[in-house]
Amino acid sequence: MKKSRRSFLKAAGVSALGIGVAPAIQAVASSGSTPAALAAKTKHPEALTAHRWGMVIDTSKITDEVAENIVHACRKAHNVPDLNHEPDPEKYPKTRPVNHNQEVKWIWEEHFESAFPDKEDEFLAERFKELPFLVTCNHCKNAPCVQACPTQATFKREDGIVLMDFHRCIGCRFCMAACPFGSRSFNFRDPRPFIEEINPDFPTRSKGVVEKCNLCAERLAKGLQPACADVSEGAIVVGDLEDPNSEVRELLNEKYSIRRKQELGTEPSVYYIM
Amino acid sequence: MSKNAIIAGLAAFVIAALFPFWFNLGGTDAAPEPELSAKAKAAGKCVLDKYDMRANHMSLLDEWRDAVVRDADRKYDAANGKQFQMSLSTGEDSCLGCHEDKEKFCDKCHTYASVDPYCWECHTTPKEINQ
Ligand code: HEC
Ligand code: HEC
Ligand code: HEC
Repeated sequence: MKKSRRSFLKAAGVSALGIGVAPAIQAVASSGSTPAALAAKTKHPEALTAHRWGMVIDTSKITDEVAENIVHACRKAHNVPDLNHEPDPEKYPKTRPVNHNQEVKWIWEEHFESAFPDKEDEFLAERFKELPFLVTCNHCKNAPCVQACPTQATFKREDGIVLMDFHRCIGCRFCMAACPFGSRSFNFRDPRPFIEEINPDFPTRSKGVVEKCNLCAERLAKGLQPACADVSEGAIVVGDLEDPNSEVRELLNEKYSIRRKQELGTEPSVYYIM
Repeated sequence: MSKNAIIAGLAAFVIAALFPFWFNLGGTDAAPEPELSAKAKAAGKCVLDKYDMRANHMSLLDEWRDAVVRDADRKYDAANGKQFQMSLSTGEDSCLGCHEDKEKFCDKCHTYASVDPYCWECHTTPKEINQ
């Protein structure tokens, strides 16, 4: 059979049209027809939101007792293990002896000269040398841990929280090397035997993942203040740094505050009122 | 003489080659029967319908955890009109809040299918909390 140039071009044109249209037809046919596609995922209406979450710690209000309550409330809320806790021999019969130098920390007490090494001074007010300073993840604006993470397990959420997706953590610890504040801890062993009483409202972690403060993302989602702020008797205020009318901004306007290792340019979101 | 040896050898070979088939003949385990907890029975409906759940609960869980951890969305309005708190293990209407007994529900199928999700290294079950 002999084909004219004209009929060949027609056929080619029609087939090209067919190829172009097929994906569109498929997309129309498949959209909206599965039950999962009809479902909606949203925030609870009572959830607390911000453009950039930040924390202000009034150092004058932190006494030894308040600091202890705060650390305890955080441990309890997130099942943070205490490697000095003696494991229950009945429940965990085969637990190896503990290296007491290991720690898992979300928020903890530090001396002034360790928290602010650049501000240490021979003639510093005695008061500062004695005070307990509470330190935690700074949820930096330019977080070096986020850049270091090869799996994007650590990421910056839209609202400024530097968060970990524990499901993706491969335990490489690059983030720990990158963090200038020592805010991250590695689980060298299964943490469960070292949790005094497991809180069913938050998963534990497992051997081989890194963990750190999550600014109580799970409480903010329910409209609750972070656990530390809740028990701090006003010493810790958490709020939106980008909202000029927020309580944190008012505090920062009124009083002199410092941040840890500001010269590194990570832009911490945790402020200390002196 | 050599003909018999060849046939015997062939027969032995065929029997050996078909080993997986005759070994499993008649020996299949009964399909698992996951038990619904009293709470699940009272609720009546799961997140998706039964057969969809059976086939797709793993990808549903995957979607849920990305939504919760990455997008901060925690509320799920299911296509069947029910609402859920997107959670594997925490709260009343999480998977385990409703399917309270993991051993009698999830594990029944998982043991049968030889799947062993590692979720329980971190996520807690109501049973281990109460023990
Ligand atoms: C409010 C209670 C409730 C919650 C929450 C719930 N389910 Fe269900 N689930 C049910 C009920 C009731 C059925 C039985 C449905 C039926 O028979 O039509 C069921 C059925 C199932 C089945 C199929 C069982 C079978 O026999 O084939 C699976 C798998 C399942 N659920 C897994 C899950 C997972 C995973 C989650 C969390 C994402 C979950 N369910 C959350 C109540 C619940
Ligand atoms: C009807 C049987 C059945 C029930 C009931 C069931 N599962 Fe499964 N589940 C399976 C099967 C089969 C697979 C493996 C699917 C595959 O590998 O493709 C699986 C896989 C999974 C996976 C993925 C595992 C992996 O390693 O990828 C998770 C997570 C999971 N199930 C969670 C649950 C939870 C939680 C429950 C109870 C609330 C549950 N399942 C109840 C049959 C079931
Ligand atoms: C290394 C510990 C770890 C492992 C292993 C793990 N998770 Fe999680 N998971 C968490 C933590 C921590 C959260 C955060 C909870 C929150 O923010 O409320 C979470 C959150 C979730 C959520 C959403 C919130 C919730 O409360 O459930 C889902 C769904 C989930 N995980 C599913 C899974 C599934 C399915 C597996 C197994 C295939 C798994 N996870 C394994 C630690 C873990």
